[in-house]
Parts: sequence; C-alpha cells; structure tokens
Amino acid sequence: MATTAVDHAHSHAAAHGPPSGLWSWITTVDHKRIGILYGATAFVFFLMGGIEALLLRIQLGRPDNTFLSPELYNQLFTMHGTTMIFLAVMPLSAMFFNFFIPLLIGARDVAFPRLNAFSYWVFLLGGLFLNAGFLFGAAPNQGWFGYANLTSNQYSPGLNVDFWMLGLQILGIASLAAGVNFFVTVLNMRAPGMKLMRMPMFVWMSFITQVLILLAFPVITVALILLMFNRFFGTHFFVPTGGGDPLLWQHLFWIFGHPEVYILILPSFGIVSEILPVFSRKPLFGYAAMVFSGSFIAFLGFGVWSHHMFATGMGPIADTVFSLSTMLIAIPTGVKIFNWIGTIWGGSVQLRTPMYFALGFIAMFIMGGLSGVMHASPPADLQQTDTYFVVAHFHYVLFGGSIFALTGGAYYWWPKMFGRMLDETLGKVHFWLMLIGFNLTFFPMHIVGLLGMPRRVYTYPAGLGFEAYNQVETAGAFLLLLAFSVFIVNVLKTWRKPADAPADPWNGATLEWSIPSPPQEFNFGEVPTVHSRDPLWEEKRERGGQLPEPARVSGAGIHMPNPSFWPVLAACGVTAVFISLMMLPKLGPIGVVAAVLLLFVSVFNWAFEPA
Amino acid sequence: MDAHATTAPVSSPDHAHDHPGVGTYVKIGIVLFVLTFMEVAVYELGYNHAGAGFGALLHPVVVPVLMMLSAIKFALVAMFYMHLKQDSKLFSGVFVFPLIIAAVVIFSLILLFAYHYAFQKLIT
Amino acid sequence: MSHDTAHALEHDTSTGLDNRKLAIWTFIGSECLFFASLISTYLVYRGKSLVGPFPHEAWTSPAGRHFDPILEIKLVTVGTALLLFSSLFVVIGLNGAQRGNRGQLLAGLGATIVCGIFFVGMQVYEFTHFVHEGLKLQTNLFGASFFTLTGFHGTHVTIGVIWLSTVFILALRGKLPPKKALNLEMAALYWHFVDVVWIVIFPVVYLMK
Repeated sequence: MATTAVDHAHSHAAAHGPPSGLWSWITTVDHKRIGILYGATAFVFFLMGGIEALLLRIQLGRPDNTFLSPELYNQLFTMHGTTMIFLAVMPLSAMFFNFFIPLLIGARDVAFPRLNAFSYWVFLLGGLFLNAGFLFGAAPNQGWFGYANLTSNQYSPGLNVDFWMLGLQILGIASLAAGVNFFVTVLNMRAPGMKLMRMPMFVWMSFITQVLILLAFPVITVALILLMFNRFFGTHFFVPTGGGDPLLWQHLFWIFGHPEVYILILPSFGIVSEILPVFSRKPLFGYAAMVFSGSFIAFLGFGVWSHHMFATGMGPIADTVFSLSTMLIAIPTGVKIFNWIGTIWGGSVQLRTPMYFALGFIAMFIMGGLSGVMHASPPADLQQTDTYFVVAHFHYVLFGGSIFALTGGAYYWWPKMFGRMLDETLGKVHFWLMLIGFNLTFFPMHIVGLLGMPRRVYTYPAGLGFEAYNQVETAGAFLLLLAFSVFIVNVLKTWRKPADAPADPWNGATLEWSIPSPPQEFNFGEVPTVHSRDPLWEEKRERGGQLPEPARVSGAGIHMPNPSFWPVLAACGVTAVFISLMMLPKLGPIGVVAAVLLLFVSVFNWAFEPA
Repeated sequence: MDAHATTAPVSSPDHAHDHPGVGTYVKIGIVLFVLTFMEVAVYELGYNHAGAGFGALLHPVVVPVLMMLSAIKFALVAMFYMHLKQDSKLFSGVFVFPLIIAAVVIFSLILLFAYHYAFQKLIT
Repeated sequence: MSHDTAHALEHDTSTGLDNRKLAIWTFIGSECLFFASLISTYLVYRGKSLVGPFPHEAWTSPAGRHFDPILEIKLVTVGTALLLFSSLFVVIGLNGAQRGNRGQLLAGLGATIVCGIFFVGMQVYEFTHFVHEGLKLQTNLFGASFFTLTGFHGTHVTIGVIWLSTVFILALRGKLPPKKALNLEMAALYWHFVDVVWIVIFPVVYLMK
C-alpha cells in the first residue's frame, strides 16, 4: 500500500485546476475534500438531530400533551442523542481533523489517504443505516446507551434495536480506521522542525482523541457483538434467566462511554486553544500544562466510568473509588480553564465572531463542569441521576462546550476552507441568539430536574410545578432554531461572493494561514521548516510586519496520491455485511458470505492498486 | 525514540540495530515449548494430583503460577519475535500502554463483579 | 509499478519509522482492548452457567444424561504448540526475506501457514465435537463466552492465514525482495499478536479451574 506515486496524469491536473464533478468527489483521497464531505454530511445530520429535539420540546411544552405518542417519543429521543453524538459532534470534529491536521503540521496529506476516504464513506453509510429505521417505522428507541435488558428480544422484539446495534458497529469501524490514520499522521508526517512540543494545540488534543478512540471503541464493539449474539443467536450474555447479568452491559458500555465524552470535548478544547491566542494576540498560556492536562484527562478518563452507575448498588468501595477519580479529573480540566483565561489576560482582545464563540464556550463549559462535579458525589448523584439535572449537565458541556467551539471553529476556519469570509454581523446575531436560546433551553433543566422531573418521559402531569420551566425550555429551543437559521442564511449569502478571501484574515500564528485560501491540492508549494510554536508570528516578527499574500504555484513535480474507487466499494462491502446480518432470517448465511466476499475483493484490489 | 533524522531515507526495514539470528529464534522457540509443557504440568499436578507431593504444593498457587508462565511467554514473543527489544521504543509504547489499560479493565471488572455476585448471594 | 522510486520517500517520516509498520502496531494496540473485553466477559461469567456441560467438571442433566468435563486439554495443547511454532517459523521466514534468502523465506512462511491451518482445523474439530456433545452457543454462559472468545480468536487466525498466504504467493512470484520485506513483517506482527492472545486464552480457558 504505497502512499505516493509518480503520476503524469496528476501533474496534468495540478496545472489545470482541481478536478470537478460527482465522480471526483466519490473517488477523492484529498484530505481537504474529505473534510468538507464530513462537514456537510455532519451538518445535515445535526439539523436532523435538531428537528428531533424540537419535536421533543413541542411535546414537553405542555403537560399531558398528545403531540407525540410515547412510542414515537422514545424513538425521537434515542435518535436525537445517537445522532448528535455519533453523526454530528464526532464528524464535525472529523471535518476539522481532516482539513486542518495536515495543514497545521505542514504535511501534504494524511498517512493513508485511501483509508481516510474509506472512513468517510463508512460514516455516511453507517449514518444512513442508523436512520433507515425511520423508513420501517422502527427507528431505534432504547436510548442512546441501549441498556440491557430492555434491548433483549423479549422486551424489544422489533427491528429498532437491530438498526441501532448494527448501525453503531458500522460507525465504529469508521472511527477506528480514522484513529489509526491520524495517530500515524501526527507522529510521522510533521514538517521538519515541528517537534511534538511545537505542534498546535488543536493537533495535540486531536491526537489524544485518536488514542481514546483506539482504546475505547473496541470495548463497545464487543458489547454490541454480545448484544447481537443475544438477539440473533439466542445467547444469554445479559439475560438473567440464562445466568447472565444486565450490569455487564452497563460496565462495558460505560468503559467506552466515558472516554467517548472526552472524545467529544477534547477537539473542542483544541479549537478554543487555537482561537483564543489569535484573537488575544498572545501565545497560548501554559502550553506544556495544556498538553499534560489533556493527556492526564484522557488517561484518567478510563478510570471513572462507573460514575454513570452510582444508582446500581456497586457498594461503598466502588462508589468511593469512582467518586474520587471523577473529582480528580476536574483538576486537569480546571488547569485548562485557567490557562485559557491566562491567554486572554493582558492580551489585545479582538472581539470577532470566532472569539465570541470561544468565550461563550469557556463560560458554558464551566457551568457544565460544575454540574458534572456535583454528580461526582454518589449521594448527591442519587437525587440527580435520571432527572433533568443530568440532561442540563451534559447539554452544557456538549452544546455549550462542543457545539459552541465547533461553531467558533467554523467561523475561524471558514475563509481557509472556502475562500470566503462569513458575515461578521450575522455571525454576532447568530452568537447572541444561540447563547440566549441555549441558556433558556437548558438552564431551567437544572431546576426542574432537582424538582423531580425524570428523564426520558414523554409527558408529565400538571400540578407538579414543571410546566413553566418546560415552556421556557421549549421557547428557548425555537430561539436556537432561529440562531441556526441565521447561520444558514450567512452561509448562503456569502457563498454567492467570489472565493477571494485573503490567506491570513485573522493574523494567525499557525501554518494553515501561510498558504492560499482555499489551499491548493498539494497544500504547500514547499514544505516549511518550523522553528517555533507560532511559526507565522515568528516569521512576521522577523519581517517586521504582515506577510505578502502567498501566490498559487504550479505544483509540478509534486506527487499526490491518485483518486481511488476501492475505498467506496470497501465501505459498501462493510455496510453490506451488516445489512446481510440484519437480513439473516430472510437471506440466511449466504447473504453474509456474499457481502464478506465483496469486502475481500475490494480490500485486495485496494492493496494491490498501483497507486 | 528512534534517533533517525526526518530526511534520512532507509532502503530496508528500519532495524539497522543487531537483529537476532535464526539460532536465537529457535532457542526462544524451544523455551516457549518448554514453558507450555510446564503450564500443562502445573495444571495436571495442581488439580489432578493435588493429594500429595508436588501437586499439593502447587494446588493453592496454580493460577498465579500459570499467569507468570504465560506472562513470560507473552514477553518472549513480544520482545524477540516481534522485535520490540531491538526496535524503536515507540513501538513498545504503542503496545504496552493499551496493555496497561486492558489490564486495568480486566481487573476492575473481576473485582466489581466479585463484589456484585457476593452481594447478590447475601441478599437472596 | 513505480513503487521503487517512491519508496525512498515513504521513509521520510518524523520518527524515521515506516508509516505502515507504525499503523500495524497501532492496530494491534487497539485490538488488545477488543480481546480484553472478550476475556473479561469470559472471566466474569466463569462458574455462572446455570446448566452444563461445564468446562472442568462433570454434570448430570435433570433428564439424567451424564456429561464429562468438556474441554480436551491434550488436543488444545498440541494446537497451542503449533501456534507457538508458527511464530517461530514466520520470524525465520522474515529473516530470510530480509537477507534475500528465498529458500528460507518460502520454507519459513510455508511452515507458518501449515501450522495455522492445522490450528484452525483443531478449533473446527473442537467446536463441532462440542456441539455434538451438547454444548452450543446458546446452551449456557460457558458455551456463549467460550465460543465467542475462541471463535473471534479463530477468525483472527483465519484472516492471518489468508494474509500470510497472499504474501506467500507474492514471494513465490519473486515479488518479495529484501526492500519489500516490510510487507511480510506487517503480516508477521499481526500473526504474532494473534499467537500472543492465544498465550493468554490457553491458561485462562483451559488450565484454570
């Protein structure tokens, strides 16, 4: 499997501009295009998840409401959570991993471009598979965490759980492949002089995220396999009548699930660590502490999982151990927050849209972190668990945290990706609508949760004091709809303009701002040599001012990998395997055999492709 | 970590350091075979002949002894056949770190469920 | 193929290590957690089966049928030894590939594949024998966790056999010169990992009562 090749056809393309047309997108192995594919797909799924949430909020806007049936409610909250975690936040982060990791480390592409494409197509097909349940009136309905024994054949006889179980398995393969890819890329493809302790913080956080993915996803892979064996082959892994224990599912799930939430937040930590220095005109405060705290969070993240299980009767020793480790993990998180504040402090703060979102992130994430630390105490958690207090907590860290940061990243990196600036005024309107809408939607949940409103209920009776809070939350949700509509208007409005944004609109510090917007296929005309953590600021200091606009160069003699169809076909093979598993009752094993053969043929051709 | 500079092309797999020869590999193979024989012997004596003599001595420590023997086999294959001893320490790190996490997971689950089952027995 | 000229570029990496070799080790690290989860499941459910047949104890069913302890240590010990020797053979074959000794390469690699096939054969025999004796996947927790753990391991072995066979064919056709020995080294590392997992599974499943 070679990663580079002499290719006359490609030098030809470099001289004539980037290839266009649907086929070029299907067979692309260019990390920038793959990043855009991730971003566009993820944004569509994000909007779907948002609509699912709006429907939930409409149902909960009034007591004893009948807008949604209980069955449909269960499907919507399951799909909302599953979609937002696996089809929105993770792939939006992947958009930035793909587009910017090579640029930030001064590379021309990732270590394995075809594997990169494979990851995207598997993600797309997995996301479609997961949502296909809606077409059968059997969307997943067991919660995003799929607790046993609700997921057994006895209690969930339909196809719902199967779509979830197999869909998640497909998505896991995409994440694992990307994990290997970016792990190797960051270690091996750095430009000369880019020592590990000179890498931009987004690269560090993303690197740590890949380690978490590589270690956590195999665990849920096994959990889903055990569930599949239960549902398809009649084993009793979590079934008490056969000697099994539902708690094993919970342990395996959360051994994955807790690192997963760090997978969701660490890239956002990295994005904020990129935005704050640029818009404070000051280097990141405490670089080494940021690296070590991020690493410590990841390592310790494997030691806290049972804090999701304080209500299962694990006993005082287990409760204490996990409580302590959970409180401990607040410390490196706090270190980061102080370092972010230290970055802004004394800086020349530029209040542009990306900075608004980064500042909003810090405030909202602190609030989410505080409620999280409250959960770390088992006695307190016994009141909070399964109530809306928890819903408030994780939305503050995942929406107030991840989504705010990802949105800030979008505004920050938009000019580099698309050659156009997003409108500043609309951006600020988006921010304020989102900040107010978000807090209106989720702050009352702290209160109504402590008042006793449980999670995952399709309605509540009048007279318990929940109504007013729920009404405010529903109103806030619609404000969020407005906020994202403003964003869409912004995108459409600015799309009509020519792609002539400057290479370095923000006075950036890192390598991506040294090349044209959008970048040429090979990224850098000449691979840069790096001497500091803020290479562009260093260069500007040496030159005594702004750098000239970089010219587009011919790229002749630069060998880039060929496009390839095998990753797409292999992705289809993977999906076919899982579809055939779903259809075992109808097709029998021959379907699985055929799908596996398709996969083998694709992989063999991929391996021997004269790239 | 490997001391190679970033631009030094290597025309054969990176191992320039002294790799063991076939003789060493065969010796390790024999040791592995002997260790396996010992594992089965521990099982036979410790369980099926636990009445007297060596078997009686082994009986209470069968599990720790087995774990130790298999750990040695594991280390021998990893260090010599997979060349971790001669290769860059980065490969060792990439292998050992997940092993540590794996050990933490296995031991935690054993402990958690031991309590869980004991408690269940207590209350039923 | 123009790999040769591009080959020098492939090693132009920040660590000096080949991308593909680092990738295989990374994948192996990830797989440690996969097998750790399966082994944990096996250990958690040890002794928790409600009905037999059991691995190390005899059992009489309520209907009066007698079952011996179902594991056959001797057969599996032979398989274990075969797998260990296969690791020896593959590293001898790799040594041959790296030094350009085609005979050693083909002999070593060929012996590895034969051992691998015999190991899979032993497992297939063991599985069919168990089913015949009354232990199926659904019979009890032992059946479920045993077949799942060793079945996935066996699947990994099978994939390894296919991979090694592909490399063997390449070697036969003279397409595995010393500077391409990494192609074999990657497959060998995967193979050793599969062996190392069995080094853990063998005592845990077969030798612990």
